[in-house]
Amino acid sequence: MLVFRRVWTRLVLAGALVAPLPSTVGAQSLPESAAAGTRRAAADTQDPAQAIKGEIDELKKDFNARLAALESRLAALEGGAKAQPQSPTPPAAAEVPAGAAGAGGPAGSLPVYGGATAGSKIFNPDIAVLGNFLGAAGSNHVRPLPALQMAESEASFQAVVDPYARADFFLSFGEQGVDLEEGYITFPTLPGGLLMKVGKQRAAFGKVNTMHSHVLPWADRPLTTENLMNGEDGLSDAGISVARLIPNPWLFLEGTGQVFRGDSGSLFHSSERSDLSYVGHLRAYQDITESTNLDLGASYSHGHNASGVVDGVDVGRYTTDLYGLDATLRWRPLQRSIYHSFVGRTEVIWSRRQQPNGLQVASGVYASGDYQFARRWFAGVRLDRPDRATDDALHDQAQSLVLTYWPSEFSQIRGQYRRTTYAEGVIANEVLFQFQFAIGAHGAHPF
Amino acid sequence: MKPVLSGVLAALIAATAIPARAQAKLNVITTTEDLAAIGREVGGDRVSIEAIARGYQDPHFVEAKPSFILKLQRADLLVVVGRELEIGWLPPLIQQSRNARIQPGASGYLDASLQARILEMPQGQVTRAMGDVHPLGNPHYWLDPENGKIVGRAIATKLGEMRPADKPFFEQRSADFAARLDGALGRWSSVMAPYKGMKVVTYHRSYPNFAERFGLEVIGYVEPRPGIPPTPQHTLDLIGEMKREKVKLVLVEPYFDLKTPNAIGRETGARVLVLPPSVGGVKDITDYFKLFDYDINLLVGAIKQAGGR
Repeated sequence: MLVFRRVWTRLVLAGALVAPLPSTVGAQSLPESAAAGTRRAAADTQDPAQAIKGEIDELKKDFNARLAALESRLAALEGGAKAQPQSPTPPAAAEVPAGAAGAGGPAGSLPVYGGATAGSKIFNPDIAVLGNFLGAAGSNHVRPLPALQMAESEASFQAVVDPYARADFFLSFGEQGVDLEEGYITFPTLPGGLLMKVGKQRAAFGKVNTMHSHVLPWADRPLTTENLMNGEDGLSDAGISVARLIPNPWLFLEGTGQVFRGDSGSLFHSSERSDLSYVGHLRAYQDITESTNLDLGASYSHGHNASGVVDGVDVGRYTTDLYGLDATLRWRPLQRSIYHSFVGRTEVIWSRRQQPNGLQVASGVYASGDYQFARRWFAGVRLDRPDRATDDALHDQAQSLVLTYWPSEFSQIRGQYRRTTYAEGVIANEVLFQFQFAIGAHGAHPF
Repeated sequence: MKPVLSGVLAALIAATAIPARAQAKLNVITTTEDLAAIGREVGGDRVSIEAIARGYQDPHFVEAKPSFILKLQRADLLVVVGRELEIGWLPPLIQQSRNARIQPGASGYLDASLQARILEMPQGQVTRAMGDVHPLGNPHYWLDPENGKIVGRAIATKLGEMRPADKPFFEQRSADFAARLDGALGRWSSVMAPYKGMKVVTYHRSYPNFAERFGLEVIGYVEPRPGIPPTPQHTLDLIGEMKREKVKLVLVEPYFDLKTPNAIGRETGARVLVLPPSVGGVKDITDYFKLFDYDINLLVGAIKQAGGR
């Protein structure tokens, strides 16, 4: 209301300023100076002044009408608490579908909610976009990467759903297409201390499988998870996850159980509705000192694989079992936490994959260390020794050196030298370089 | 089957029954030691209070360690600094706490900044080109004792809501805390009065409320922009500015590297002072009063040494 009044005053003032203008314009045609002309215009010309007065009256009328309309709209928005001078617009309503009343549903029309907030951005989710540009130089004839690619653009949408849940969506735009990387609802406060996630999600198997590529300390994923756990995409599927803290007086202990549809790239394949895959994970965490802590995990997963599928029919009914152990040692001195840190990590994965040619018992291990030696600089090393999941006689090896520079929390530039010795006897020497950048309100990263 | 079922039911009811803990102390977790210190003043022996971040730690960059989840799981009340100070680490901790009482919006979640006097509210469009700017204003507001009173009152009100029987107790303690702060503030102000208008440079924008209350004038920052490490060009500009303005003090938070501030000090002849912005910043600062005692003592000593006046 106050705003309108202020606008009104301004308009009147503006009108008063504008009013003499036409007369001065008229006066300019006279030979006298402009100042004299203005004085004269103000003094004599009766008719133009009359006309202007009429115009102002017209404007006033028009403005009053608009003001009244706006006021009534405002009142309507405020919930109709104030009296509406204009004819009130009928409240929006939706017809109850026929038959609803008979089924015990409400009769008549239902109110439509959210009208007042529809134009508001308040309840929009936090949106962020993360770019991941990856370049590769050198040679790799076994698994070549393009020289330059916009490997991934991840859009995240995160918000609280209601007092009981929140939702997180991560859409991954590759150069070819779009993929739902993750999209799930989380119920953080279920009875019994359960934390439930429903939707598509990266499975809680090991450490690196749960991480999005932009939080990895490397430009690629470890060869171990690449070989044994479905490459870049990892173990990720639609399903239900339930996690619970296991009370004990000594340490943080969390058990997670997950059920998925059973489709996860080359890892699991579901031919029947009952071909679900399962993941179990146990995590133990303990602070050693205030700067140092140890994070241990054990994982298990089971599902059907695609090796027995002939012409779309799963005749083999072969399954895969995965076992994993992970350990992470972190060090970050509290008082210099933004300058120095170290993360040492290792994961061991065993894969027992039934195939037409017999059971393949493959294993793999990687170990990595990343040291932050200055506020913006990280150096790292990673060693990989995996077998191939589909042929346990084939052993690969890889070594990487990584250097990362962070201009800020929201961008990073990374170079990685990678030497891979493939089982075929091919050695690939490559340099990967990566630019990562984030815009928008990206949420905190998991620890 | 039936006895088993009823047994399970009884166990469930026993597990969810809260009355058993009604007489126990309220379990309060705060994000910083400053809030814990204020909470202790008003909560007395009827609450047990623990902070997540240490006072000598950068409160923007706390690791979301699982051990904190265990603390939050048992909390009756969570008090946060707010203004997005904890945005980088607190949300996942709250989410994983499995504690419905302390979820944002629930009765056991208290944003201490809501009534406080907040400075440096950004005007106009906020972009990351400004660095790590806080869109809701500067979160280091606890460095003004007047805000300390406000926070104390907010915590006391919340505790009173949670334990109606103890409401007078908390209110009385809050009033007593405010009165003692008033007294101390008079003392601190008179000590600082001769140095009113003293020009200083700080590393991060941690001291605007402190500077406003005690009459310091912050003319520049070692960081070119909030959260962005010092750059050579900015450092040179700052040195020039400090020489022109005859700045004799550089205030640095305990968690920042002293290399650049020391270089600035050598160039300008200014004294570099590690000024704890929080309770627990050094061992001697064990409560909210000692925070100001220590800082003001340190400041006055340094100003005198630097020949400020």
